[in-house]
Amino acid sequence: MSEQDVARTGKKRRQSPLGAGTPMCAGCGGLQALHQIYDLVGDKTVFVNAAGCMTLLSIYPFTPFPGSWLYTAMACAPAGAQGVRDALDVLLSKGRIRPEQDQLPVVLTGDGSAYGMGLSATSAAIDRGLDFLYICYDNEGYGNTGHQYSAATPTGARTATSRVDGYSGVKKDLFTIWSAHRPAYVATAIGTEPADLARKVKKALSLRGPRLLLVLAPCPTGWGFEPARMVEIGKLAVRTGIWPLKEYSDGAVQHTMVPSKRVAVEDYLHLQGRFRHLFVPVRNDDKLAALQLQVDDYWSHID
Amino acid sequence: MRKLLTGNSAAAWGARLAEVDYLPVFPITPQTEIIETLAEWVDRSELDARLTTLESEHSMVTAAGAAAATGVRVFTATSSQGLLYAMEMLYNLAGWRTPLVLVNVSRGLSAPITLEPDHNDVLAARDSGFLQLHCATCQEVLDGVLLGYRLAEDMRVRLPVLVNLDGFYLSFTREPVIIPTQDQVRAFLPPFDPGRNRFRGGEPVSQAVAVLGGGTYSYFRYQAHLAALEAKKVFQEISADFKTHFGRAFDAIETYRCEDADILFVMMGSFATKAREAVDRLRDDGRKVGLLRPRLLRPFPSQAFVRLLSGRAGVAVIDQNLSTGLGGVLYTELAAALYPLQRRPVLVSYVGGLGGRDITAGEFYAMVEEVRQAVTTGRVPPPRLLFTESEMQSVRGLQRIAGGKGRDA
Repeated sequence: MSEQDVARTGKKRRQSPLGAGTPMCAGCGGLQALHQIYDLVGDKTVFVNAAGCMTLLSIYPFTPFPGSWLYTAMACAPAGAQGVRDALDVLLSKGRIRPEQDQLPVVLTGDGSAYGMGLSATSAAIDRGLDFLYICYDNEGYGNTGHQYSAATPTGARTATSRVDGYSGVKKDLFTIWSAHRPAYVATAIGTEPADLARKVKKALSLRGPRLLLVLAPCPTGWGFEPARMVEIGKLAVRTGIWPLKEYSDGAVQHTMVPSKRVAVEDYLHLQGRFRHLFVPVRNDDKLAALQLQVDDYWSHID
Repeated sequence: MRKLLTGNSAAAWGARLAEVDYLPVFPITPQTEIIETLAEWVDRSELDARLTTLESEHSMVTAAGAAAATGVRVFTATSSQGLLYAMEMLYNLAGWRTPLVLVNVSRGLSAPITLEPDHNDVLAARDSGFLQLHCATCQEVLDGVLLGYRLAEDMRVRLPVLVNLDGFYLSFTREPVIIPTQDQVRAFLPPFDPGRNRFRGGEPVSQAVAVLGGGTYSYFRYQAHLAALEAKKVFQEISADFKTHFGRAFDAIETYRCEDADILFVMMGSFATKAREAVDRLRDDGRKVGLLRPRLLRPFPSQAFVRLLSGRAGVAVIDQNLSTGLGGVLYTELAAALYPLQRRPVLVSYVGGLGGRDITAGEFYAMVEEVRQAVTTGRVPPPRLLFTESEMQSVRGLQRIAGGKGRDA
């Protein structure tokens, strides 16, 4: 829609800093969250990207980012952020740029990089106290290659490499791994809870040092649901207690949205093709009960 | 100032005199002395740079490229396994067109894991887009770093440069090195100009973005290749300028006693000093032999080789590397460069010096004799893998100690 179109319709359109028309899938929960985050972090940023779905946001010669961008490789986006931060510090200390020309390095990766290949580079960046923001859009699989299972895949989910009985492993607890490094800030979030997400982005921006926003990204293509149901599924991820919204700072973990009465886990599962094998042709009560128990067990230590 | 320096120390001096801004580092033998030296200078405020120890060479090279892409002068160094671990990012940095200098201290590759040098590590980076300078003396290491920055940062080139020295033989060998003054270096090497590829708040740029389709991909790959070819001409200008400023030559190919030579050795790196010694002895014996030593490996100085080798009778190409299933890399490249000539010299291929194995004077004499025979008879022997009977006996001895069946193998 051009400015003229807007003038013609007479409607005032909210100007989103992050541009539209990207090749992300319809109903991408990761892109929804990124829009909200970008509204707050703004364009004085260098987004340092690792191989994943969002690598395709910037395809020569187009980009939706009004700020800067550097694609690195799958294993090393935090090291790229280190190079950018160090170089900006050098330029500032040597008076070669003005303080207002400073920028925030923001690492943007999927779960494949964040939970797996990039974890060594991430851990080391936290060790070094790197002043950066890490955004992980977690769609619980190697989405860009057709959704094979990753270390972030939940138990039982069918993926392109667990087509029969679903993933036999357990979703890695990246929140706790990050927190164990005692960084400045770690938060889980989701784009379908925008107030909670916005508060966490602002909190992260008020701090310095290593900061993670771990955002669950409901994925219509990978999880098997209609794009129109993305918000519903995202909300259910929180209301069932499967995706606990929480934050770590100053050595303590706080839950930011505790569901007063948790919805049954199967209400979330049965909407997604990746869990359909738990319901048809025969309902698998044992596995469903086990998945409910995983969630109940988590919250029994919280409630 | 003239001082006794190791090759590693000379590399550090090169970085210091280039007034680098940023030093992403990671230790690996035999390179570590370079980063230790630089770290001490940074700690003592003798070098106004930021030093960051990364957790791997892959991250180190990433940070190096990202910092250069942000707009500072970057120096980094590694060896062997480290260079291979970083390989993915070497290709990336060349594609990002980030000018910086990476010193590689050559060391044979695992397996079996070893410490002493050969060139399989640096040649694995041959096609990465890094330009390559190969050194044979500690002076050349210092000079190569300074020259490397001029070459990398030239707006017609804008590619990263790898400066190579051999582990142990050069890294830990002390030689007298002339250390130029800071003013001399500043007159030769202007401050880093990041051009338009830099990150500044308020001036957004997207670097290293994806492309879709072979056309756009080819465009960028060809751009880098053409810049590397352009670097041949640029290198000539810079090496001439280097000689004006410092009085020392740094030609693309060093020629030693080649004027009337009919048989030439061709080899790279510090082991070429062994060939040089052999040339002197053979000359004393009345043999018309000489040595060509390429300092510039990428871009490959094909035309210079053609000019220097046309009309010669024979060449012994000594590769301190092994492309498994093919043979010596330099031999292959030289053969390709000379193929268009009507009257090509006879090329005989030798592989030696792997993992720091010595190449003896006797072996050099035997090579000249073998090349001479090939020239006379027109029968070129197959590539030779240098290995002696006594070396075989020594390996067999070790196998006996290990309780294996080496004797029967």
